[in-house]
Amino acid sequence: MNAPVTVQTPIYLDYLSTTPVDPRVVEAMKQCLSTEGIFGNPASRSHVFGWKAEEAVENARNQVAEMINADPREIVWTSGATESDNLAIKGVAHFYHKKGKHIVTSKIEHKAVLDTCRQLEREGYEVTYLDPNENGLTTPEMVQDALRDDTILVSIMHANNEIGVVNDVAGIGEACRNAGVLLHVDAAQGAGKVPLDMEHMKIDLLSMSAHKMYGPKGIGALYVRRKPRVRLEAQMHGGGHERGMRSGTLATHQLVGFGEAARIAREGMSAEAERLAALRHRFWAAIEDMPEVYINGDREQRLPGALNVSFAFVEGESLIMSLRDLAISSGSACTSASLEPSYVLRALGLNDEMAHSSLRFSFGRFTTEAEVDHAAQCVRHAVEKLRELSPLWDMYQDGVDLNTIEWATH
Amino acid sequence: MAYSDKVIDHYENPRNVGKMDEADENVGTGMVGAPACGDVMRLQIQVSDDGIIEDAKFKTYGCGSAIASSSLLTEWVKGRNLDEAAAIKNTEIAQELSLPPVKIHCSVLAEDAIKAAVKNYRDKRDS
Repeated sequence: MNAPVTVQTPIYLDYLSTTPVDPRVVEAMKQCLSTEGIFGNPASRSHVFGWKAEEAVENARNQVAEMINADPREIVWTSGATESDNLAIKGVAHFYHKKGKHIVTSKIEHKAVLDTCRQLEREGYEVTYLDPNENGLTTPEMVQDALRDDTILVSIMHANNEIGVVNDVAGIGEACRNAGVLLHVDAAQGAGKVPLDMEHMKIDLLSMSAHKMYGPKGIGALYVRRKPRVRLEAQMHGGGHERGMRSGTLATHQLVGFGEAARIAREGMSAEAERLAALRHRFWAAIEDMPEVYINGDREQRLPGALNVSFAFVEGESLIMSLRDLAISSGSACTSASLEPSYVLRALGLNDEMAHSSLRFSFGRFTTEAEVDHAAQCVRHAVEKLRELSPLWDMYQDGVDLNTIEWATH
Repeated sequence: MAYSDKVIDHYENPRNVGKMDEADENVGTGMVGAPACGDVMRLQIQVSDDGIIEDAKFKTYGCGSAIASSSLLTEWVKGRNLDEAAAIKNTEIAQELSLPPVKIHCSVLAEDAIKAAVKNYRDKRDS
């Protein structure tokens, strides 16, 4: 028996929602605030305050570019991945509309991509929404089969925000490049966690967000390829910053924070990935012997620290309620006003009750083994308690097939 | 979402959890809801020969408010006669538990459950 390790609760296991800012990032950001700091406007050309700010901004641009092995001139600062997605998809669609009006994406993209595509449909574009396979992956073959002569853009996410699976974006890039179609990748979840290499991957546009990788909220970037050159119609006008692609005074402290976060992520990536994968395996090992517990999404091709699990016969919201020691999110949207289960899990082919019974656990830089052990214990306890309360569990144990029952849906 | 203290109390210490023999002629069973909608309630009542509910048991698959609604209901129906029990309104449950608007359907489900249990008992007796 090990000596009991005390952990502080609640335990934060929601790193896919957002991450705390790394203390080293905070330090870097502080240098850009206050009267003694680098507070100047990076666009000011006539004095040292502006020059210093510009230097800080360009240093950050290098750091972000290095993380994805790109040229710093290919980095466009934005307010976050949502804006990057909007700029990439609308920007390409509007610029290349004479070439075609067809876009390919998947059903489990982030809402920033899906809602943007919906908007383009209202503007007369046609969008194909691919069904992922049962493991949640969109494959190069699926993309290839959906391409048409009038396809101008494919937008497929790198890592999925609910189930954590990682797509073969390199393979998808090959398929797109061969067909002369641009590829946009929403890498909000994967950037800084798993390797991305713009020199070798045929990705034309890549969205990133600082707050998913221990940087501050409110800052992101869009990678825009220079060779072969990708053109965009700007969505934000006013001054022509960022080579005309995104106007607006640059938020020096924010993007210096992003740059530092990117540096830390790149330097520690493989060690951190290994550590997080070990935590994830440890957590799963502690709960996998429970009956009727399933991992959602591909087991191998996934972010190191992310796990989405369905606990049959218990309902997600009540499970979260009994896991007050844990800060996690429910795969089901039950906590909102809508009673619809997650569209991502539904697209994987999960039935409603399994989609309702899912939880997303995401481990990160500050998660410890003791926290993981405590979390697993809490989960076991809560699931057992709720199954004792569940008529569905009773029926399952009595050998009743729940699919044969005619439920009165309400 | 913030739950009321009463919801949390019933959720953490649910009253009258259990299962009765459905085949027993003194037992009425009401099962309402659907897994696809995220809640299923099974409410059972044991009725004396003079029509008084002597005991009640429930099991619920659903959110905390659904569990609390059914737990509260089992407390309320005990000792009542069948007509009184079937007359319990969802608004009384919602008020007692301070349910927010998005959780009103949980109290509706509880009302449906007691009505279904009473009907099941009466159907059994009549046949």
